[in-house]
Amino acid sequence: MSGLFITDEQIAQARALARDITDPTFELIAKNTTVSVERTVLRWFGVDGVGTMGAPLVNLMVDRLKAAGVLNKGAAYWYGRALRMGASSPLDAVERLTAAPLETLKALPAGEEQQLRADVRAEAEAMVRELKDRVAARQALKHEFPMAPTPHKYLIVATGNIFDDVDQARAAAQAGADVIAVIRSTAQSLLDYVPHGATTEGYGGTYATQENFRIMREALDDESKKLKRYVQLTNYSSGLCMSEIAFCAAWERLDMLLNDAMYGILFRDINMRRTFIDQYFSRRICAMAGLIINTGEDNYITTADAYDAAHTVIASQFINESFARRAGLADWQLGLGHSYEIDPHRPETLLLELSQAMLVRRCFPDAPLKYMPPTKHKETDIFFSHAYDVMADLVAVWTRQGIQLLGMMTEAMHTPLLADRYVALKSASYLHRAARGIDEEFTVREDGKIANRARFVFGKAIELLSECQKDGMVAAIGRGRFGDVKREETGGKGLDGVLEKAPDYFNPFLDIMEGR
Amino acid sequence: MTTPTAREKHLIRAYGDRRDDGIIQLSFTLPVIASEKAKEAAKIYCQKLGLTDVKVAAVERAAENYTFFVVYARSAVVLDYNEIDTPEIVIKKKSFHDLNAQIEEEIARRVVVFGACTGTDTHTVGIDAILNMKGYSGDYGLERYPWFEAFNLGSQVPNAELIRRAKEKSADAILVSQVVTQRDVHKENSRAFIDEAKKQGVLGKMTLLLGGPRVDHKLALELGFDAGFGPGTKPSDVANFIVHQVLQRMGKEQKGAHYEGEPT
Repeated sequence: MSGLFITDEQIAQARALARDITDPTFELIAKNTTVSVERTVLRWFGVDGVGTMGAPLVNLMVDRLKAAGVLNKGAAYWYGRALRMGASSPLDAVERLTAAPLETLKALPAGEEQQLRADVRAEAEAMVRELKDRVAARQALKHEFPMAPTPHKYLIVATGNIFDDVDQARAAAQAGADVIAVIRSTAQSLLDYVPHGATTEGYGGTYATQENFRIMREALDDESKKLKRYVQLTNYSSGLCMSEIAFCAAWERLDMLLNDAMYGILFRDINMRRTFIDQYFSRRICAMAGLIINTGEDNYITTADAYDAAHTVIASQFINESFARRAGLADWQLGLGHSYEIDPHRPETLLLELSQAMLVRRCFPDAPLKYMPPTKHKETDIFFSHAYDVMADLVAVWTRQGIQLLGMMTEAMHTPLLADRYVALKSASYLHRAARGIDEEFTVREDGKIANRARFVFGKAIELLSECQKDGMVAAIGRGRFGDVKREETGGKGLDGVLEKAPDYFNPFLDIMEGR
Repeated sequence: MTTPTAREKHLIRAYGDRRDDGIIQLSFTLPVIASEKAKEAAKIYCQKLGLTDVKVAAVERAAENYTFFVVYARSAVVLDYNEIDTPEIVIKKKSFHDLNAQIEEEIARRVVVFGACTGTDTHTVGIDAILNMKGYSGDYGLERYPWFEAFNLGSQVPNAELIRRAKEKSADAILVSQVVTQRDVHKENSRAFIDEAKKQGVLGKMTLLLGGPRVDHKLALELGFDAGFGPGTKPSDVANFIVHQVLQRMGKEQKGAHYEGEPT
């Protein structure tokens, strides 16, 4: 069958290649766990709070288990042991475990062992039900106050202080924002723990903490009711704590998360194995909690050239989709990322950008897609910059993007002022209103520049996917095929947090999410 | 007694559509509900800035309690353009080809440059624009220059590591990019870089350059760098400056000379 630009068979071929590419990593994922996955398990049981030195309790406990060489049985198992030692609360469990001589602790008799696992499994099921209830409450609010039509206008706040962020987020929502993102403090992705509590100091953004999530969601719930329009909240599940952030976000009823299978590897130099394992668990949580993920392909074309590397975006989207589907995510949850980043000094860039956005839409018809504004070639002439952003607004509505990050005319100068957001929202609303349905009015000629460019880019994406299938993902990343960034399998940060599961490894949350 | 030499004045005012009309445009937000009163407040605010003939062109409800204004007004401020002091231009910026040829001839070895976003900064857009092959705005990056050897270490590189790596290769210049500026973190980290440069003994030996959207030459000099490059800098600006500095260190060019395009 044929459709716009390319045939359905060609798209199916890309999808099959992506599946072959991600296959080998699932063996790695099944055999191993990470400190971050185990901390997530403990958080889910309700282990919250920090120790006397400010370290999160989940870190203290997991580090203790790791040092004793017993973490490979799963933190859930040891949580169960603590309960059997008479722990009366999660905090008490942590204290008992850190004090216990884990190295010499003998296995329980078989019957007791079985009972322990059954008890912990029952508790996990209860916690999963509670999470689902929280998600249901969010769905009810969404139902009561429907969201505006797409593209959903996504705005960023980044003051460093969660309480100032709340003021800015409310103002943005009042001016028409549909999604609020709280940018994280610079380098949080490299912290191997999730900071605790409400925070008022951050650099380039605000720390992602469970309490900050709660504060912001509460404010937006309030704003949604006032505006009679549900306003979504998103944050960043990337870096060394992907799955912990995913859990905190799910629990606090966030709506979206940046979550990419390769972003951490390429742009934060986080170890490959660590990332593959963490992304899987985090995406399982997103799937269960009905979170939309946003992938980070747009970043490839801020490092590499957007014209030359357009095909890497498409190839990576197929790979990200494959990882996501295998973690149980549905198509409506896939905010695959791309952007309006071709050098505006070139001729015909509007045609090229339309071509790329139409191609992405063609390949992923049921995904919401996440469209990013120009950043790399932004100029400090705010008047030009504003006009430049407006063209991205047009392409977004033309190609039915689900989520559109609005460009800021002061990009490349400072973090957005309140007025910058207002101006961006006003013109994006105008473009969306003015041009909605334009795709149904104009047919793109199959022999024209837009179609030929799309076919060319898709052809190169197939070539890249074929190379990855033949030589493996690891080799392709090693050659710098994505975003011009080269990484090695055993390089990067966080490899020491990866460990092989013991034969009797126990993780009831994973079992439940995988349908066992 | 000496009398100051009489110098011809060149008086200028802001130009709207007629000479000396002094018209400027500005926009700002006040944290009040949009109303006639808010509009009046914006007008008074501008008058307090010393502006006259204030026309509040737009009064926009940016949010429940915030109003955004676009204003046109006149300013009586006059400048004597002849009193503005700018560095003398003594060196012409060379083309890609000519600069490479000059290095080959006068330096006779490749000029080694290291660059990174140091500290916690993760934004490589600036350093990439200057160093990577592709360059910026049609201007080739330093990697493309056959007579430059450029190393881009990427983001979140510790200051000490960048300096250590540069020393290993006897680099001529180090480029530090600082994009995140919240709470002046860029200044703090830049100071830390200079402290580290002193500790490792490269200060005054290598050319140390600072770049970023909120960086200017004056700030960079204050912090202890040899130059600062702000928004709009092209890779060729940086390349020319480095060559000019290397030649100075070799004694082939006059100290204190400036080249065309050098940050002022």
